[in-house]
Amino acid sequence: MKAALMGIYTLWLRDITRFLKDKPRIVSSAAQPLLWLFVLGMGLSTAFVRGGGGSPQYLRFIYPGIISMSVLFTSIFSAVSIIWDREFGFLKEVLVAPIPRWSVAIGRALGGSTVAVLQGAIILLFAPIVHVSFSALQLMSAFLVMFMIAFSMTSFGILIATRMQTHEGFQVITNFIILPMFFLSGAMFPTGRSLPAWMRALVHINPLSYGVDALRGTLVGMRGFSIWLDLLIVIGFGAIMLTIGAYYFERTE
Amino acid sequence: MGSKTTIEVNELKKEYNGLAAVRGISFNVARGEVFGFLGPNGAGKTTTISMLCTLLRPTSGHATVNGFDVTRDKLAVRRSIGLVFQDPSLDERLTALENLKFHAMIYGVPKADRGKRIPEVLELVELAGRQNDPVKTFSGGMKRRLELARGLLHRPKVLFLDEPTLGLDPQTRHRIWEYVKQLKIEEGISIFLTTHYMDEAENCDRIAIIDHGHIIAIDTPEELKENIGGEVIMLATKDNKKAAAEIRERFGISAVEVNGDLSLQVADGNHFMPRLIRGLETEITSISLRKPTLEDVFLKMTGRRIRDEKMEGIDQAKTRVRAKRGRSR
Ligand SMILES: Nc1ncnc2c1ncn2[C@@H]1O[C@H](COP(=O)(O)OP(=O)(O)OP(=O)(O)O)[C@@H](O)[C@H]1O
Ligand SMILES: [Mg+2]
Repeated sequence: MKAALMGIYTLWLRDITRFLKDKPRIVSSAAQPLLWLFVLGMGLSTAFVRGGGGSPQYLRFIYPGIISMSVLFTSIFSAVSIIWDREFGFLKEVLVAPIPRWSVAIGRALGGSTVAVLQGAIILLFAPIVHVSFSALQLMSAFLVMFMIAFSMTSFGILIATRMQTHEGFQVITNFIILPMFFLSGAMFPTGRSLPAWMRALVHINPLSYGVDALRGTLVGMRGFSIWLDLLIVIGFGAIMLTIGAYYFERTE
Repeated sequence: MGSKTTIEVNELKKEYNGLAAVRGISFNVARGEVFGFLGPNGAGKTTTISMLCTLLRPTSGHATVNGFDVTRDKLAVRRSIGLVFQDPSLDERLTALENLKFHAMIYGVPKADRGKRIPEVLELVELAGRQNDPVKTFSGGMKRRLELARGLLHRPKVLFLDEPTLGLDPQTRHRIWEYVKQLKIEEGISIFLTTHYMDEAENCDRIAIIDHGHIIAIDTPEELKENIGGEVIMLATKDNKKAAAEIRERFGISAVEVNGDLSLQVADGNHFMPRLIRGLETEITSISLRKPTLEDVFLKMTGRRIRDEKMEGIDQAKTRVRAKRGRSR
């Protein structure tokens, strides 16, 4: 048990160490969501308001969505770096270590989640510009929700990584899983009755929708589902993904 | 068997999708022994190491390392061993020190011990001055030395080295061998290594020659050379094919052509050489006599050289791949 805990801690620490070393990556990973928020958000907000003029309401609406996007992308990218570890050989060093494989999976999940939360926190700094203000309690809850989203998505990413042999398939994963997941999460537009039924169905089976909803509820007070349903689905999805991921990881040769 | 043996292998087999890579090998390695696996590319050396290190599940057969079964008691085996893989396995973005620190942590080296042990192994591989540099700025030889330091860090009982000197320059190869001998004496650990450098194999206490997944001989280098008998005559002639046929006919000895020379093994070279020169119709252009090497042992047992020109090419390609992978990170 002690070995397992040490394994989790070490792999977590490695992720953090690598994150903090790579300043250019931190900046460039923050740049994309900010671009979405300010350029796309500002642009669309004028379109959505009849009679012209920007709507601060729309910016407030997508702000938690953009934070979720940052968390989602960072989570998946961190988790999928397992594939790079495999290609560069470091994974072998970890697989032959005297720690249970599941502790490796958990350590990576926690490491990736922490990095994703830090990356998401950068977007939180821009709250005043989009006229969002929150209490200390709200901020803490937001961190908690972000961590749950991150954990869930990193676990999902680890499962993907254990099923992929090389990084070449990663483009496919991005186009067919990550982007659709983001677009159908309600991050950028409301998912009410005005949506076609098939699209609403997809939104409802997308676990990320519940994460986005939880974060939006916490930060700006708009919500579609109950917070408990949100949390149950996000945590449940993460737990299932991590369990399956750890199982495959255990059998890696 | 008790505490005298650290590795026991019994009829170990591995198939990859029905293709046999290791075909039922058996051997023991004693405590404190340097045991070499000598064989050409694709012989099954890495596959054997992977099974002994619990990374690959054997198709059949048994093996124990430090008394623990490699399929049933994986964690105990992993705690007992240190490993230098054939392919690079460092985290290139981290510094040398960070690589060692994380390794020590996952191997459960206590913090107090870590502070002492890390500088010690860095000193051993002469990398103390570069400890805070990212590994991606290291040369191939430096990376190899760091991997060796990492493999030793947690004081393993058995050290596995998969071609530890592949692609290194002679000085570095020599230095790594110095460490290996020093380790054996100072730390009393068993070392299992693979190589296809003959001169390196000479440094082992015992050698297993492996080819196509079979162990075809296993003994001390001296005995192996002794057993093939006598001496080796190297002969160049105007027509090697004809000369070889003549030799077979007249003396009942088979001569093998190696890089344009004929090589033949004889019991008493000093007396045989004049007879050979007299008895051969094909014109001889040069002739020499020497003691057999492990190369000759391999040649005799398989009818092939362990490294012919093509193999050298593959080897260089491998080295280039290592270098390229290191850089593109
Ligand atoms: N993952 C794999 N899948 C299928 N076949 C494999 C795999 N790994 C090795 N082999 C095959 O098994 C045989 C033994 O390979 P192995 O890597 O053990 O050889 P080796 O003695 O280490 O060679 P080298 O000197 O080139 O390192 C080879 O024929 C190789 O093609
Ligand atoms: Mg090999």
